[in-house]
Amino acid sequence: METQTQTKTKEAEEMKKKRMSGSEAVMQSLLHEKVELLFGYPGGAIMPVYDALYHYQDKLNHILTRHEQGAVHAAQGYARVTGKVGVCFVTSGPGATNAVTGIADAMVDSTPLVVISGQVGSALLGTDAFQETDVVGITQPITKWNYQVKRAEEIPEAIAKAFYIARSGRPGPVLIDITKDAQFAQFDFEYKPVDKVRSYKPKSLVKKEQVAEAVRLINLAKKPLALVGQGVVLGGAEQELMDFLSKTGMPAAWTLLGLSAMPSDFEQNVGMLGMHGNYGPNVKTNEADLIVAIGMRFDDRVTGNVQKYATNAKVVHLEIDPAEINKIIYADVPVLGDVKDSLPMLTEMASKNSHEAWLGEFKACDKIEDQKIIQPELHPAKEGLTMGEVVRRVTEQYDDNAIVVTDVGQHQMMASRYFKFKQSRSVVTSGGLGTMGFGLPAALGAKLGQPDRPVCLFVGDGGFQMTIQELGTIFQTQADVKVILLNNNFLGMVRQWQELFFDKRYASTELVNPDFQTITKGYGIACEKVTERDNLDEAVEKMIKHKGAYLLEVVVEKEGNVFPMVPTGASVSDIRLE
Amino acid sequence: MKQEFTLSIYSENHVGLLNQVTTVFTRRHINIESLTTSESAIPGIHKFTIVVFTSREQVNKLLLQIEKRIDVIKAYVFTADEIVHQEVALYKVKTESLLNGNEIERLVRQYGARILEVTKEYTVIEKTGHKRETQELFEKLDHFGVQQFVRSGRIAVTKLKEELLSNYLKKLEKEKSLLD
Repeated sequence: METQTQTKTKEAEEMKKKRMSGSEAVMQSLLHEKVELLFGYPGGAIMPVYDALYHYQDKLNHILTRHEQGAVHAAQGYARVTGKVGVCFVTSGPGATNAVTGIADAMVDSTPLVVISGQVGSALLGTDAFQETDVVGITQPITKWNYQVKRAEEIPEAIAKAFYIARSGRPGPVLIDITKDAQFAQFDFEYKPVDKVRSYKPKSLVKKEQVAEAVRLINLAKKPLALVGQGVVLGGAEQELMDFLSKTGMPAAWTLLGLSAMPSDFEQNVGMLGMHGNYGPNVKTNEADLIVAIGMRFDDRVTGNVQKYATNAKVVHLEIDPAEINKIIYADVPVLGDVKDSLPMLTEMASKNSHEAWLGEFKACDKIEDQKIIQPELHPAKEGLTMGEVVRRVTEQYDDNAIVVTDVGQHQMMASRYFKFKQSRSVVTSGGLGTMGFGLPAALGAKLGQPDRPVCLFVGDGGFQMTIQELGTIFQTQADVKVILLNNNFLGMVRQWQELFFDKRYASTELVNPDFQTITKGYGIACEKVTERDNLDEAVEKMIKHKGAYLLEVVVEKEGNVFPMVPTGASVSDIRLE
Repeated sequence: MKQEFTLSIYSENHVGLLNQVTTVFTRRHINIESLTTSESAIPGIHKFTIVVFTSREQVNKLLLQIEKRIDVIKAYVFTADEIVHQEVALYKVKTESLLNGNEIERLVRQYGARILEVTKEYTVIEKTGHKRETQELFEKLDHFGVQQFVRSGRIAVTKLKEELLSNYLKKLEKEKSLLD
C-alpha cells in the first residue's frame, strides 16, 4: 500500500513538472495566477509568447489594442474596477517604450499590473540589436519591481513573484522582460506561488501604541477632518471607514482617487479636496484642529502650499507605505499599516461623538459654493452648454452602479465634482500622472472587468485624440462603452491657466478638430452630436438605452472654467471662487 | 543643517541594484560623496556603504525611499561617531623624488603609510585612514609631484553591540508569521 501511495505522489509530481517551452510556461503561469483577460500587442521579440497564446485562446482572452499605451491603460482600467492584477504583453523596443506612460501612471496611482515584454535574444543583449532597448533600465524608476529573464527555468518564479509584488502591500506595476531564447527554450515546468520575498515587507503590523495615541487625539479634537484616499479602496476597507466615521462623527473629504470610497450622499461626506475640489474641505483644512489622513499621500494638488497647509491641526496619518509618512506633511502620529487593519482598531477605542456644529460650518461653505459656482454651472444663464450640466444630466439618468472613467483636464474635474457615487470602485481616473489619452482605453478595460456595470467615459476633445485609435478595439470587442465627448475645441485646462495666469495668451491650445461623428461612424460605433440644451436629456437617454458602444458628442462652452481653484503656490484657504 | 552621513544598505545580490539605489539620490539631486559595494557577513546579502552630505530630515526620507525598492532588505544611517570607518588611498610618485633626500621616507613613516611597489621609474605608496588623513598626505607628497592619486570609497562597521541586520531578519520572520 505504502509503495503504491508513494508511486502516486511521485506521479503527481511528475505531472506537475511538465516539459514545455518558456512561452507555454508564461501561459501556464498566468493560469495559475487565475488570469482570464489580458491586453497586448504582438511584435518580433514576443512572437513565441503569442504563438503559445494561440493554443490557450479558450482560457486566456487576449484583447488586441491598437497601441501599447492603450493596452496598459486598458489593463489599468480593468485592475481599478476589479481589484485584480491587470496583465499586458508587449514586444521589445518600441513596444516596451510605448508602454512606459501607462506603467508610470500605474506606479504613481498604485495600480497592480504585470507587464510582460519580449526582449531580443540573450546573445544580442547590449549590441544595439533590432528593437532592443534597455527596458529594465528605462522602467526601473517607474515600476514597483522589474526583472529580466534570460533562461526559461526562471519564468515561473519570476511571474509568481511579479504577481505577488504587484498586488501585495501598496500595489504597483511590475515588468518582466523575457529574452526571445528563453521563450523558445524547453524545460520542466513547475509552478510555486510566491507569498513572501525576503527583502520585501508589504505591510507592517499595526502598533497598538500608535493607535492609542491617535485615538487620544481623535477624542480630544473639536474640529477633526478625515481625508479619505485610495488606500481605503485598495485595502477593501470601505465598511471599516464607514464604521470609523459613523462612530467618531467627523466630517470626511475625499481625494480624487478616494472618490466613491464612501457614498456621495453620506451625511459626513463634505466633498473633494484639492485644486478644483469643494470649497468647504479646502477652507476648513486650515481651521481643523486634527487631520486624520486615511490612505492618502498629500499630493501637491491636495495640499497647495505645504507651508500654509493644515496650520492649526495635528496630523494622524494612516498609511501602508512607510516612505509616505513625513514625506510631505509631518505626522504627529503615524499609524503604519493597512487601513483595513488599523481603522477597526481606532473605531473600537474611539469615543462615540458627533460634530454637528463643525459639520454645520461645512454646510455653510456648501451654500456659498452652491450659490457662486454650482448653480451657475448647472443652470447657466448663457446659451452654451457647460461641462458640469452635462455630467449632472448623465449622472441623473444612470443607475447607481455606473462606473465613471475620465480622461485628464477640465472634464475630469467636472466629472469628479458633479457625478454622484453610490458604491466603491466607481471611478477610474489618472490622478498622479495626469495622463491625457488615459480615458478611452481605461474605459474599455473597465467594461471588460465589470461587464455587468454600465461604464461611461467623460473625455475632452484633446485627450480623446491622443488614444482615439482605441475606438478600433472597442469596435472589435463590441464592448459596451458609453463615451461622452465634451468638445470645446480647446485644450481647456491649459487654456484656463492661460486665461488666469498668462494674460489670455492662448498659445497652442485651440484645436481645429476633425468631424468626430464621421470618425466614430467609420469605426462602426453609434453616435450623436448635441449642441442645444433642449436636446441633451433625450440624447443622454438614447445613449444609455442603446445596446453597445456609443459616442455622445456634446459641444460645450468654448471658454468655460473650472472653479473653485487653488492657484499653484497658494494656500488651500485662499481657494478662489471666481 | 547639513552634515555627513554614512548609509549602510543591505540588498539581494542582483544585476542592476547599484542603479536602483543610486537613482534614489539622482532623482533628488543629492551628490554621493563616496560609494563602496561588497558582500556582507551574511551569505547572499550585498552591502553598499554610501557617504552623503545632507540634512537629517532629507537622509531619513532617502532611507525610506531606498528601502522601498523591493530588492533592498534594509538601510541604516549613521553619523561618524557611530561607526568605525576607513578609506584607502594610493599615491604614485617618481622613484627619483624618493632618492633626492629623505623627506618622502619621513612622510611615509610619519603617516603610517607603506610602500607597495618600487621600480626604477615609480614608487606606489598606500595609506589607509580617514579622508582628512589621506588628503593631508596627498598634499604633502604633492610637493614632490604625485603622478597619480586615488582614494577608495568609505567602508564602515558599526560600534553597536548587537548586529542590526541579523536582528532585523529575525524580527521580520516573526512578524511575517504573525501577519499570516
